[in-house]
Amino acid sequence: MKNTQTNSASPLQKKKNFTANLITIIAGIALIAFLEANKSAFSYQISILERSAVMAVVAVSMNLLTGFTGLFSLGQAGFMAIGAYTVAIFTIPVQERASVYYVDGIAPALANVHLPFWLALLVGGLLAAGIAALIGIPVLRLKSDYLAIATLGFSEIIRALISAPQFNKITNGSYGLKNIPAFPNLFVFFGIVILCIGLMILLINSSYGRVFKAIREDEVAAESMGINLFHYKELSFVISSFFTGVGGGLLAMFMRSIDSKTFQVTLTYEILLIVVLGGIGSVTGSVLGAFLITFGKEWLRFFDEPLVIAGVSIPLFRTGFRMVIFSIILMLVVLFHSRGLMGSNEFSWPGFVRWLKSFPARFTKKKKAVSDGGEKS
Amino acid sequence: MSSTTFLQQCLTGISLGGAYALIAIGYTLVYGILRLINFAHGDIFMMAGYFMIFAMAVFPWWISIPLVLIITTILGVGIERVAYKPLRTAPRMSVMISAIGVSYLLQNLATYLFTALPKGYPEIPGLKKVYQIGGLSASFVTFLTPVLTVALVFILIQLINHTKIGMAMRAVSKDYETAQLMGIKIDRTISFTFAIGSLLAGVGSILYFTDRMTVFPFSGSLPGLKCFVAAVIGGIGNIPGAVAGGFILGLGETAMVAMGYSTFSDAFTFILLIIMLLIKPTGLFGEKVTDKV
Amino acid sequence: MKMRKVFAVGLSAVLAVSMLAGCGGSSSGNKTIKIGVFEPQTGENGGGGLQEVQGIRYANQKYPTVKIGNDTYNVKLVEVDNKSDKTEAVTAAQKLVSEKVSVVLGSYGSGVSIAAGQYFADAKIPAIGCSCTNPQVTKGNDFYFRVCFLDPFQGTVMANYAWQNNLKKAAVITQLGDDYSSGLGSFFTTAYQKLGGTIADSEQFQTNQTDFKAILTNIKAANPDIIFAPSSITTAPLIIKQARELGIKSVIAAGDTWENSTIIENAGKDAEGIVLSTFYDESDPANDEGKSFVTGYKEYMKNNKVENPDIIPAVSALGYDAYLCAIKAIEAAGSTDTTKIRDSLKTLKVDGVTGSISFDENGDAKKDMAYIKTVQDGKFKFLTTTKVQ
Repeated sequence: MKNTQTNSASPLQKKKNFTANLITIIAGIALIAFLEANKSAFSYQISILERSAVMAVVAVSMNLLTGFTGLFSLGQAGFMAIGAYTVAIFTIPVQERASVYYVDGIAPALANVHLPFWLALLVGGLLAAGIAALIGIPVLRLKSDYLAIATLGFSEIIRALISAPQFNKITNGSYGLKNIPAFPNLFVFFGIVILCIGLMILLINSSYGRVFKAIREDEVAAESMGINLFHYKELSFVISSFFTGVGGGLLAMFMRSIDSKTFQVTLTYEILLIVVLGGIGSVTGSVLGAFLITFGKEWLRFFDEPLVIAGVSIPLFRTGFRMVIFSIILMLVVLFHSRGLMGSNEFSWPGFVRWLKSFPARFTKKKKAVSDGGEKS
Repeated sequence: MSSTTFLQQCLTGISLGGAYALIAIGYTLVYGILRLINFAHGDIFMMAGYFMIFAMAVFPWWISIPLVLIITTILGVGIERVAYKPLRTAPRMSVMISAIGVSYLLQNLATYLFTALPKGYPEIPGLKKVYQIGGLSASFVTFLTPVLTVALVFILIQLINHTKIGMAMRAVSKDYETAQLMGIKIDRTISFTFAIGSLLAGVGSILYFTDRMTVFPFSGSLPGLKCFVAAVIGGIGNIPGAVAGGFILGLGETAMVAMGYSTFSDAFTFILLIIMLLIKPTGLFGEKVTDKV
Repeated sequence: MKMRKVFAVGLSAVLAVSMLAGCGGSSSGNKTIKIGVFEPQTGENGGGGLQEVQGIRYANQKYPTVKIGNDTYNVKLVEVDNKSDKTEAVTAAQKLVSEKVSVVLGSYGSGVSIAAGQYFADAKIPAIGCSCTNPQVTKGNDFYFRVCFLDPFQGTVMANYAWQNNLKKAAVITQLGDDYSSGLGSFFTTAYQKLGGTIADSEQFQTNQTDFKAILTNIKAANPDIIFAPSSITTAPLIIKQARELGIKSVIAAGDTWENSTIIENAGKDAEGIVLSTFYDESDPANDEGKSFVTGYKEYMKNNKVENPDIIPAVSALGYDAYLCAIKAIEAAGSTDTTKIRDSLKTLKVDGVTGSISFDENGDAKKDMAYIKTVQDGKFKFLTTTKVQ
């Protein structure tokens, strides 16, 4: 599991990295500006990109907890729900609230509180973090399997509370919330996403990150080195939940309407599979995984249509087949390639160049093997 | 609440508890041996339901029932061979993720093969006969479930305590490596454990779906999760514990709904779990296991 | 090592191709106009959604062209599956917007329609709902119309029916987390209580719940005359059968989702006597269009191997009507400009198979009549029509 990245790259390499990064950033901004200008023509692609980005934020935060600190938590959907509902409640325009809460009316305390979206996102994240802090106290003592089930349980409890009729005046229970305003433009959206991921990367590379990794590797050894286990576990849990909450808020603004059904356990499973596919312990992997899976799910849509090749209708292709293929691919990854795409490596320009360069080498190697009569490659 | 209503609710609760108990045993057995939460267990239960629908369409009930039980067992053992065996040396998280993956796959497979629409469960003659006792009204299977559960558990405990394979199972769950060193055939023992678990899930599925009368692809996901909780409450790795957990959960859930808190009936299960994990993590009947440093 | 590289290359290729595929889009000929079909074909509401799609497809078969100005345009259907899920609905809706459809038809299921509504409005594409009955679909949305009645209407209809038939005590069962079920349940409750009825018990269940014994036992203790349980086709047979098994003798009623043959199939003889409100009755065609629809569509169902080809699902009739409204509006607008089409919808009057259709200022069809049906001898049977002032 050697990390080929070193902090002491040569000055020339550093300069190359800098230029490469700069070019990528400019290309990225140009792409976003282009998409923004042609919003309606590319709305389908934009919505897939937005969804991938939101999933990426939550995946990285889950990776922070599971991949870097070794705490297997399945409560993501619940924290996303908290973030999403907070953002929704505070950003629905005041004059529309009465019609959205059409059955029981909105609680008078909330009726006129309107926050700008970035503040609502912040509040959502803080609320999720606060609840995580409370939950963490009893739950983080548990071993990994029990931790998973306990967090899953809390996720379901949160969902039950949100849809409870007793809380209709706050969350509108089963009726869902709609008319959530969207992002003013794409720059703001991607800006927030990059900010979140950036903050998490900074955290991972800091001394806190090293403590988390130590806890993941061997709890007992870490404790004997003087690390207060509970303190750091709680810190990781709270920070991860903060960003998960923000991710949930972003999802609410992307979807424009939410209800408690959106935040079932299956959402957590989707994020888990993104993390696994990308590589537990790799931020780049999670981001890549998020985009691949979201794009992949759309791309695989054609499996749902009947397929006719040369006039012969192939019987397998009908609705539902896409998800079966999807599940099989994921099982294959888990069974044969459990390290995922990136293992625990991060992206680096030298690594990327090496990966590209390896293609011609592989093909010549193959040729040579054939001509030499089955030489072990 | 009138006494008839109360008794009716009790009956519902006990019957539900029995079905939960049968499934919970599967979880507790597998966890005891492999330290794995078999997320796919609930979906094996669901697939058994579908198998029955198709079997009964072709064969009479006295062939269908054994056929379904055999197929379910094969499914359970097959899953173990394909999805869990290769990962035996991998970190615990990988196996759990594999289990989640299998569960996901089974649900999607069921949706694809049988469509998302619910399918009616066939009637097994005799089981659905409705009996009226005083104000109580229930079908025969409602009464049968808890009785059959207790009988099967009794047989199972005899098996574990008095047969060679039972002893092997106990040995492997106590200490995996030493058991291997002692010459116990690990693969066979593990397969046998899964077989028993799946068999019981199959029986539970017949009882459960006969009582509830339709199957759809997600019928197994929530009961599956709840049954794991039941196993934990009773003490993971402990069979009477799993049974007790199942009944506690079944009765508790029914009580919650009866009292008007149906919103929280699912949440109740998890709240109970968390309380249990905080007060007595080893469960009601579990034993303390020390972590070797 | 190799496997990983092959794997990574393969997946990157997928990414690249999908981006290209997305960017490409179909090359539309000069004389084609696209109508989007936004329905669930999988998921909880997949069954009903498919029936609506079939109605629309038949309408497209019958009316494959539309005259805009002096040109005849071919009408192409672009179908997307919103999977009965709000998150998927958003992507599916965006796909239709990217495909530059002129009108959208759908959806079955108010939740997904509400979710997608914003996007159609932002893109200024008019949408015609077929069977989504929740008022929130069209409220505040200037681009959403619907050809069916609304839940407040439906709730009142059922409440009236109950009251007129001397069923003075009711119990209500709704699905937690589902806006259709909870909304309709509360409309029924309000209307019923206004008439003077008492709600003896009100229960909720979770999505995917299969065991209703506890809830039904509570209801049995409350001894209502009628149980109103608006829910999806998945849950309906469970509630019906378990209720009868517990010995509950009350009338069981619900809204339009229950008019589906799968319920009779799954609930068997316990389904006898259930009461539901619906949009359409095939034995009483409103006009000539309706008459030819009845024979024509049954033929279509037989040819396409649809299940139960002897019964026309109400939602298929609504799908057909929505399509009719769409092309008549396009014709009246005389252009493919979506805002103009929306404007012509506002003043449209069409004789559809479910009756005469025109839209009020909210975009809702001015329907004042509902059909109440029951199940007799394993078939849906028309009971009565109810008008509400």
